[in-house]
Amino acid sequence: MISTPGRPNLVMPKAFGHLLKQLPWLALAALPLALPGYEPLVTQVFVMILFGLSLDLLVGYAGIVTLGHAAFFGVGGYTAGILSVHGIGDPIFTALCAMALAALTGLVFGGAILRTKGLTLLMLTMASAFLLYEIANKATGLTGGEDGLQGVNFAPVLGLFEFDFQGRTAFFYSLAALFFTFLFVRALINSPFGWSLRGIRENDARMAAIGCPIMRRRLIIYVISAALAGLAGALQAQSTQFVALYSLNFELSGNILIMLILGGSGRLYGAFVGVPVFMIAQDQLAKQDPANWFLGLGIVLIALVTLAPGGILGLAERAANAVKRRRSA
Amino acid sequence: MTTLITILFFGIAYGMILYLISVGLSVTMGLMGFVNLAHGVFAMLGGYATVTLMNRFAVPFLASLAIGCIVVSAIGFVLERVFYRRFYGRSELDQVLFSFGLILVAVALVRIAWGPLAQPIQLPNYLKGQVAIFGLALPAYRLALVGFGAAIIAGLWFVFDRTLFGARIRAAVDNRAMAQSIGINTSRLFAAAFGLGTGLAALGGGLGADVLAIAPAYPLQYIVYFLIVVAVGGLGNIKGPFVAALAIGISDTACRYFVPEAGSIFIFVFVFVVLIWRPNGIMDRRRVAP
Repeated sequence: MISTPGRPNLVMPKAFGHLLKQLPWLALAALPLALPGYEPLVTQVFVMILFGLSLDLLVGYAGIVTLGHAAFFGVGGYTAGILSVHGIGDPIFTALCAMALAALTGLVFGGAILRTKGLTLLMLTMASAFLLYEIANKATGLTGGEDGLQGVNFAPVLGLFEFDFQGRTAFFYSLAALFFTFLFVRALINSPFGWSLRGIRENDARMAAIGCPIMRRRLIIYVISAALAGLAGALQAQSTQFVALYSLNFELSGNILIMLILGGSGRLYGAFVGVPVFMIAQDQLAKQDPANWFLGLGIVLIALVTLAPGGILGLAERAANAVKRRRSA
Repeated sequence: MTTLITILFFGIAYGMILYLISVGLSVTMGLMGFVNLAHGVFAMLGGYATVTLMNRFAVPFLASLAIGCIVVSAIGFVLERVFYRRFYGRSELDQVLFSFGLILVAVALVRIAWGPLAQPIQLPNYLKGQVAIFGLALPAYRLALVGFGAAIIAGLWFVFDRTLFGARIRAAVDNRAMAQSIGINTSRLFAAAFGLGTGLAALGGGLGADVLAIAPAYPLQYIVYFLIVVAVGGLGNIKGPFVAALAIGISDTACRYFVPEAGSIFIFVFVFVVLIWRPNGIMDRRRVAP
């Protein structure tokens, strides 16, 4: 970093700086104190942020546009839910199973989908989610079909913390999952592998020319993203003790993409901004009048693409740059 | 035997509707490379126009179809000039988001104007009941669908293969820069093709109002089928989507009849298999052309 002339360079002790970086997380952990009674809603926000993070790996970093990401969310949710119905209710174990099965689903679909591009790729991502939706819809014996999965019941986390009525356990449990996922994703995108993904996004022909195995890289990130989406689905099942067909819905695939874009994709923190804004707005507006909600959402989306590519974070970046330029001028 | 023929017939009628709606998407995708998710919106608008003109203003069926087609075609033309053209050079993600936003706006406006329920179409008397052909009783409406669809398709093929306008489109699909450099005004061509495509979609939406129910969720509910027809058929041509639409119409109808418990599972599996075999569709213009 080059220090700006005319301004004193703030030197902080390293340990203090580290602590400061974790401050947002500590603030999140203290949320139940500030907003008692909102734990279930905030838990949903955490789950969706995790889901959005997984989507950002594909859309923001690897440049794979998908309109079927709910497929993996749903597989994760149903895996955890169905296991718990059959007496295997340990949250962490079922979440790991959910991730494994979602990853496997990602491997199978990704192997086919990633061979195509453009409209065909987009259509196949949609088709994969529609296919799983239809299977879940028809396999009523296993999934409960349209009524949703009945009898979901999870054991206490680590055998100690029972899922309580107030939603405190679910709150801290999903916050912890989100925290570790964030650390993983941050390490991943800063690794050489993460940088090669950006290269493929920008120009796959050049990356192939310098010897990067494009198909394999894209498939790996597809599988990782699917596993994380599956984790989000499992957390959803565990925190709400219910799995519904909605978790495989096209609407969910579309919504999570809008949430990510609203915050700003390819910026790591996009989901952290976009998801709360979207979900609070939805909570306040959608119940009153769904038509106006869709209208507003559509207009915001068109405005974002035409006027503010990069979402809220992109706008903030531009504002910060403008301020910096004025300072240095 | 009778059952088989009836299923085949219903499948062809369904395929005709899918083709009419999707063919415009295939051409505009091939021409402009624009991933237009909102194509189903124009079919829905055509359906609403037809149903409203007939039910509220007692306009005859065919006249309603024609008016709907012209009006929606004009809407498509204006949208292309005002919005779509700005996105031609943009990333695929931007195009997807823009057209998805357009879907949401259309769904909301239609819901505000017509309410959330499906709009039933009151078919004219000559399309009700059944017609006996070779000892088979076939529903008149679907017979008309097949006949009418075949006539439009014949006209479309004539325009595409035998007229200057069609030749210009084919040239621009094959090589836009070269087409432009020999004096074809591609910008105007895009607008005309877009208007034509949306008009056909409107016709398909109105004609098929009794097959694909006209409701606000229409563009979201059926978009995947329209995209399947285009992806399987191959971009930028009009024959591939025809084969794809008929194959999907017939196999989907047959599956729903013989294995109702599997629903539309088969269709999606079929699509994956076809596209693993031929990632660019069964008739990829750019591959087939010498």
